[in-house]
Amino acid sequence: MEDVQFFIEVLVGGLLSGVMYSLVAIGFVLIYKTSGVLNFAQGALLLFAALTFVSLHERGVPFWASIGLTLVLLAILGTLIERVVLRPLVNQPPITLFLATLGLSYVIEGGAQLLWGTQVHGLDLGIDDVPFEVGGVLISSFDLFAAATAALMVALITLFFRYTRIGLAFRAVADDPFAALAVGLRLTRIWAIVWTASGVVALVAGLLWGARLGVQFSLSLVVLKALPVLVLGGFDSIAGAIIGGLLVGATEKLAEVYIGPFLGGGIESWFAYVVALAFLLVRPSGLFGQKLVERV
Amino acid sequence: MTGPTPAQDAPLLVLEDVEATYNHAIVALRGVSLAVRRGEIRALLGANGAGKTTTLKAVSHLLPAERGQITRGHIRFDGEIVERTSPADLVRRGLVQVLEGRHCFRSLTVEENLLTGALGRSASRSEAQTDLERVYAFFPRLKEKRRTSAGLTSGGEQQMTAIGRALMARPRLLVLDEPSMGLAPLVVEAIFSTLRKLNETEGLTLLVAEQNSTVALRYAHRATVLENGRAVLEGPAAELRAREDIKAFYLGLRTPHRDGPLGGDSRSAA
Ligand SMILES: Nc1ncnc2c1ncn2[C@@H]1O[C@H](COP(=O)(O)OP(=O)(O)OP(=O)(O)O)[C@@H](O)[C@H]1O
Ligand SMILES: [Mg+2]
Repeated sequence: MEDVQFFIEVLVGGLLSGVMYSLVAIGFVLIYKTSGVLNFAQGALLLFAALTFVSLHERGVPFWASIGLTLVLLAILGTLIERVVLRPLVNQPPITLFLATLGLSYVIEGGAQLLWGTQVHGLDLGIDDVPFEVGGVLISSFDLFAAATAALMVALITLFFRYTRIGLAFRAVADDPFAALAVGLRLTRIWAIVWTASGVVALVAGLLWGARLGVQFSLSLVVLKALPVLVLGGFDSIAGAIIGGLLVGATEKLAEVYIGPFLGGGIESWFAYVVALAFLLVRPSGLFGQKLVERV
Repeated sequence: MTGPTPAQDAPLLVLEDVEATYNHAIVALRGVSLAVRRGEIRALLGANGAGKTTTLKAVSHLLPAERGQITRGHIRFDGEIVERTSPADLVRRGLVQVLEGRHCFRSLTVEENLLTGALGRSASRSEAQTDLERVYAFFPRLKEKRRTSAGLTSGGEQQMTAIGRALMARPRLLVLDEPSMGLAPLVVEAIFSTLRKLNETEGLTLLVAEQNSTVALRYAHRATVLENGRAVLEGPAAELRAREDIKAFYLGLRTPHRDGPLGGDSRSAA
């Protein structure tokens, strides 16, 4: 009985941190779907967002005003990236775009450093991390709060893309950019919106991760957690990012606890990659990746 | 509306000596001139690689998206200089294209596809709803399939979806690139008679590129024949229809559909 309880505890902990992986992964998916770019700068964006928020807040700007100001900055950044990086590189091969985002991530990190300095900031979202008990299972209240926020975010994004006009335009561009152009959609505007949206996702993810790990430059490395999630779920599926995140979170924690001891522990950091690689061999397009529906 | 308002009898679309290339290297058009009058159905005929698609992409300012460019000449739509107007603005002004190969949004439903056509001109929800009913009246088949993913519908249904999507933008000039491509003769007839109905009842001007000259000449008022990137012949469709020699000479054998390099004479490295 205690074994079962312990198992559930590990599982729930894993799933909760998995939701946070999903959130990071969704930032990638949004951009990948519309521009076909694996946006390596997503991590830098996340860092930039969290750092901007914390720095503003530390200088006495109230919580929501800091959030608002950061959002404005992110929207400007998104528009700028579209103008300066994406637009001139339209029609270039994906590898060129990928390298451009790689460069971009250094520019953003450098810019963040210039603007806000290099010291580590603590971030307190005002959520006490006291574990509480549900049916004998201990759950971290911070993890629960983080997961709920992430889940809300995911739900909002899904509704937005399903039921609004911008969402419809977004899905059209993701499907066939050339046809979208011919139909009269302004691709540049949609790209700017999508980069802004992924900036918003980055802000929320950055705050949650920042509260857990401290806001510092290594925060941009959480993208490395998102990669296995993307491999599992498919680069172009929001649903895939969610399921992939949960899978990675759960497997990671379970493996750490149940397999770790036999391998000397510390497998949490790389086990997800092993799973992702194994998965890649079986299903290269991921669980939910585009399985082309064709019939002409 | 900006720019001068042209006289009612001025052509709706004018191409003047248009030369176009891809990658600044492959010359696809070598001086195409043509004028489409208001209210007419104009066919653009020519063999594989003659330059039909390139002409139409130039007209909708879509060449840059394919790494193509206009290197000489001008295109005017209702007085407006096309090369200086974005594709999105052209759509808003009433120049809408149905692309070669249909290009439906495959993962969107048929109805969502249609609705994307109304996004460009920022139609209100009720306007879009009215236009949707109008499209369904022209293509009842689409109403039955409204909740199906476009990628799962038949070729004919996809063509209807693509045309319907363009109609949602309320065009004044509808440009179609090979609407008959890969479709059964009956379906082709159905599509062309709907196009004719649009022309007759709503006065919609049509520019239709076709390899299937037999059908196109039956529905068009006038036709222009392209060869090697030049407009080599123009006249009333009835006249061209009567001259069998034209078909053999300019339109070539009705070869199955393309891709891959054709004879070297239709392209040249500059
Ligand atoms: N994207 C492209 N890049 C380079 N060359 C191109 C491109 N598209 C067309 N061409 C070349 O331009 C010329 C004209 O092609 P175009 O597609 O306009 O002909 P078409 O009349 O539409 O032919 P089809 O009946 O096969 O559709 C051809 O020689 C073709 O090889
Ligand atoms: Mg063509």
